[in-house]
Amino acid sequence: MTVQPSLADRRPAFLLSIGIHNQVLFVLVIVAVAAVALSGFVGEAPNRLVSGRPVPLWAAAGPLLAAGIALLGAALAVASLIRPSRTLHCAVAVFAAALLLFVLAAAGEAAGLLARSASPASRISLGPAFWVLAACAALAVGDALQRLDAGIIAQLVTVVGIASGMVLMATVGTFDALSLAKEYEIHRQVFAEAMARHMTLVGASVGAAAAIGFPLGVATARRPGLQGPVFAVLNILQTIPSIALFGLLIVPLSALVTAVPRLAAFGVGGIGVTPALIALVLYALLPVVRSTSVGLTGVDSAAIEAGRGMGMGPGQIFREIELPLALPVLLAGLRIVTVQAIGLAVVAALIGAGGLGTFVFEGLGQYAVDLVLLGALPAIFLALGADFMLQILTAALRRRFAL
Amino acid sequence: MIEIDDVTKYYGDRRVVDRLSLTVPAGDFCVLLGSSGCGKSTTLKMINRLIAADAGQIRVGGEDIATVSTEQLRRRIGYAIQSIGLFPHWTVEDNIATVPRLLKWPRARRGDRVTELLELFRLEPETYRGKYPHQLSGGEQQRVGVARALAADPELLLMDEPFGAVDPLTRDDLQAELLRIHRAMKKTIVFVTHDIEEALRLATHIAMMQEGRIAQLGSPIDILEHPASEFVADFVGRQGIGLKLLSVRKIADRMRPGETAEGEPLSLDTSLRDALSAMTTRRTDRLPVCDAAGRKVGAIVLADLVR
Repeated sequence: MTVQPSLADRRPAFLLSIGIHNQVLFVLVIVAVAAVALSGFVGEAPNRLVSGRPVPLWAAAGPLLAAGIALLGAALAVASLIRPSRTLHCAVAVFAAALLLFVLAAAGEAAGLLARSASPASRISLGPAFWVLAACAALAVGDALQRLDAGIIAQLVTVVGIASGMVLMATVGTFDALSLAKEYEIHRQVFAEAMARHMTLVGASVGAAAAIGFPLGVATARRPGLQGPVFAVLNILQTIPSIALFGLLIVPLSALVTAVPRLAAFGVGGIGVTPALIALVLYALLPVVRSTSVGLTGVDSAAIEAGRGMGMGPGQIFREIELPLALPVLLAGLRIVTVQAIGLAVVAALIGAGGLGTFVFEGLGQYAVDLVLLGALPAIFLALGADFMLQILTAALRRRFAL
Repeated sequence: MIEIDDVTKYYGDRRVVDRLSLTVPAGDFCVLLGSSGCGKSTTLKMINRLIAADAGQIRVGGEDIATVSTEQLRRRIGYAIQSIGLFPHWTVEDNIATVPRLLKWPRARRGDRVTELLELFRLEPETYRGKYPHQLSGGEQQRVGVARALAADPELLLMDEPFGAVDPLTRDDLQAELLRIHRAMKKTIVFVTHDIEEALRLATHIAMMQEGRIAQLGSPIDILEHPASEFVADFVGRQGIGLKLLSVRKIADRMRPGETAEGEPLSLDTSLRDALSAMTTRRTDRLPVCDAAGRKVGAIVLADLVR
């Protein structure tokens, strides 16, 4: 039996296919539109201590960029309603990436325009509409890449493209009038040091945790009897709040330095880098040990039996079979640990370890949000960057070993 | 040649192998047959010392295996298992060349050996050598597993239910291939299975095992015709024993040389069971027989099958 098309269905084919095909993108567009309509894109304050007067996007940015943002937003809204295809996802990725860069440029431009008519002490900070818009654009890029099932190269190209756009804008001074940039200008010298210190803290603690945790993980995989006690201790360590752990380490370390004064020459002390490193290592141990143990016990026992049966020695089996097969899980553990350490190292500034946390706590003390952001944003980008790099490494290894 | 001499193995208090003695002559295809827990797998694994014997001595080629380093010993004994255990992160080529690499064969010789083995197992070398295990079917994986066991041309091949996990059709193919390879290469094979049909088809000798001991050792026909105990008779199966006998005997045993018959000829190494099946479907009581070259050499007659 054939169904006669009703009158209503004699629309052109492309109209028939209209519907909310990409719910994620649709919601992102709605959220972004609502944020732009209801909140300030930038805030203008007479000085850094008082909170600002919100200025909406259309009033703050120049007509060209505002129109560009509106057009890209409209294009993405339309894209969410069309039947999806690879070409469409590609277009969404490109549009959303462009939108992200436009939003950044608009923020810089808005700040520049507002600054012209304001006093030198005034501060132009980023408003809720900016953050929501930027986040929605970034999420749309990520979602489109996921729908495309994009490979490592495509992801890398996208990230590098957006990042170099941001760097380019920063170098030509697009953001100079923003309060965040002003805070950076003031703290320029200290910032580089803090950044270096932060990365050192993370690198050293992750390295040390790997050096201690890896053998421990191997031991627990070999002797299941060890798993109970080892994981019990590490789990307890993990539940201690970080601030408390930093505090708890002050007493024994001070006592140690008093007892062996020569240690102070090596930088050991109740406060500063030593307790921070110890705490970061202790927190990193559980994920490292757990992923090593899980990775090794997950290796197909038939492969190990076959290896033994063919005359491979224990060392050969470990290096050539167990380790490569466990590596993706190991790297996943390392990823968790690195991201976690980048976040925890912020708190370590409390006990004088330095790092990006210095700005966060200073900003909290002065109620200066931009100073907090100066510490928090780089930490977030560091974490995202490390996560991304390790993800790529894991994917490359998986591909290499066809796992 | 393998000589297992008064060997015992305990798991805790349980004696899984109980003062077992068995001699497997060179070139023999010996099947250790029994139900699960009878000690057949343990016996096999004691030959390459994956499991250490608690008492007794095992000699391979006259040499006490306890006096050789385990790695050296295992590199000269092929080993294939039911779960195959191919290394998932290595290509077929690297998997097959495992033992040659351990023995430090030069690269070119390893490559040649891989080509030779893939051809032996009817896997097109250039298609298969670069593949990863997960790209192969179950039957192909097991072929690669057996090829890997044969890679360094070991004098002895140990196989622990290698075809237990493949479908019946593939298993049939693999059994035929193993027989062909055994005939061509004259390896000594010790093969563990719980499948009586598989044992009857493959073995030159069956060691029927029960509670860690050998209940009977003999050729497939011996075991079928003269079961040494109630246990063996039960295991072999009282039902259909006649058909099993037909399946282990070949046309060559009962052919009337020089006689002729009508129809498509059967080959000399066809089992009598298949001959009976052919007679039944073709509604005749005699069929011509040809040799490997296809020449008619005689006839097989229904009455002779049951003689």
